[in-house]
Amino acid sequence: MIEFITSPFTYSFMQRGFLAALLVGVLCSVVGVYIVLRGMAFLGDALAHAMLPGVAIAYLLGGNLILGAIVAAIAVAIGIGFFSNEGTIKEDTAIGILFSAAFALGVALISSIRTYAVDLSHILFGNVLGVSEKDLIFTAVLAIIILIIVAVNYKQFMVISFDPILATMMRLPVQFLRYLMLVMLGLTVVVSIQTVGVGLAAAMLVTPAASAYLLTRRLPSMMIVSAIIGAISSVVGLYISYYINIASGSAIVLTATLIFMLAFAFSPRRSKITHS
Amino acid sequence: MESMDYLTESAHLDVENIEAGYNGESVLNKISFSVPAGQSLAVVGPNGAGKSTLFKVLVGLLPVRSGTVQIHGKPLGYHLDCVAYVPQREAIDWKFPVTVLDVVVMGRFGKLKWLQKPRKEDFEIALHSLEQMGIGDLAKNSIADLSGGQQQRVFLARALAQNPHILLLDEPFTGVDASTQETTMNLLEKLHQKGVTTLVSTHDLNMAATRFSQVLLINRKVIAYGKPEEVFTPENLQIGFGGQVLSMHGVMVVDECCPPDDLR
Repeated sequence: MIEFITSPFTYSFMQRGFLAALLVGVLCSVVGVYIVLRGMAFLGDALAHAMLPGVAIAYLLGGNLILGAIVAAIAVAIGIGFFSNEGTIKEDTAIGILFSAAFALGVALISSIRTYAVDLSHILFGNVLGVSEKDLIFTAVLAIIILIIVAVNYKQFMVISFDPILATMMRLPVQFLRYLMLVMLGLTVVVSIQTVGVGLAAAMLVTPAASAYLLTRRLPSMMIVSAIIGAISSVVGLYISYYINIASGSAIVLTATLIFMLAFAFSPRRSKITHS
Repeated sequence: MESMDYLTESAHLDVENIEAGYNGESVLNKISFSVPAGQSLAVVGPNGAGKSTLFKVLVGLLPVRSGTVQIHGKPLGYHLDCVAYVPQREAIDWKFPVTVLDVVVMGRFGKLKWLQKPRKEDFEIALHSLEQMGIGDLAKNSIADLSGGQQQRVFLARALAQNPHILLLDEPFTGVDASTQETTMNLLEKLHQKGVTTLVSTHDLNMAATRFSQVLLINRKVIAYGKPEEVFTPENLQIGFGGQVLSMHGVMVVDECCPPDDLR
């Protein structure tokens, strides 16, 4: 039994994989709380797809793929904020336009490369076992930065999410905080492409946070429970992937989904709604 | 934060010639009036008269096209937290994971530094505000469990916790039970005694006539402003409400000004 648990760790790439998955699982789940509460799930998915051109350009130029993804994600996030500012067009419309455009551009760029199949599948579905030491450090640093942003702006993020009118009256820099949240979301998605890939990043952002939403009644506990669910999903998913030899990203997301279904079945919120 | 200096000081409000609206269309035209410190004022007018728009302008949520708003003789925004505003309840996501006490404590955030956590006194003030609104026992409840009247009381408690010099309530009597209406009215009277300037928009002309010292009747512009008996004259009501259902009994009291189904 002990060997069952420890045997994956005899490989150093598995050790790195577990650490990366854990970091990403926790980070996505904490940021995901805002995604769920602010109804930005669609945006998370959009950002993940929008990173493709950045990755493709970095790949073509032989640069750092993650850096390329960051630049693309931030550009698209700011673009969405710009087009939907002051309600010029609705935010989801702006997202729909920019995210498909970026994705199309990414596919166009990648299709010009001859041997892209392997890299593309890693970008789309994640390759947690291919995480290098450098990637891992990079992920850890980004995770720490984002968690610090959340901690520093905790009160302000809560007010702009719950009651934007109060936020305006308190003269909070609402616009700045909105952009900061978008950038934070973009960076989180970037980090998550390593474990779950562009295609499944949105699930990691939304599923643990939605499960936590069903099980808790206050924001701090929702964040903690979400982080725990994200961590458990990542670790359990990796074990499953190791032992039955399926894609790691899929295993992680499916584990998270199973936890969500259990949370849904036993949620105190839901029973309250059906009873009243 | 200098706000504490003003705790007992009543604010006077001066509105001069403001124009405001949405998307190029003007809702308020050349509105001017002054509210002396400590006044309790009811703002009445038909649907679409611009009552909510006026309140949004007064709290700085909607910029003016022209004209000025001054509080304590200073332009809007000079005093950060001396104005409390209770918006219509639809503006809020009632499924957000916060407790009743959490919401009221938010009213104290304006007095805290960026990184500062709410202090013990903030929680005490919040709890005391809830008790004043008669819902101290709901402090630990999730806001998702509240009835409409209770939601209203939570927001009034939050406004109270803000320790405002001016309090603006947008339609606080619409869609809530009679006991919440009465609690709201009692709170307003208590604040009035403490010298807080209060502005309340309402459809209930009876309430405006009997429970407020001053009434402002608007319909995109100021129709009348003064004591209830000066404002509620047949002529003013005719100008303000036009052909809208208005049964005039005796001299001034008006029953239902608006059919109950226009709660939206």
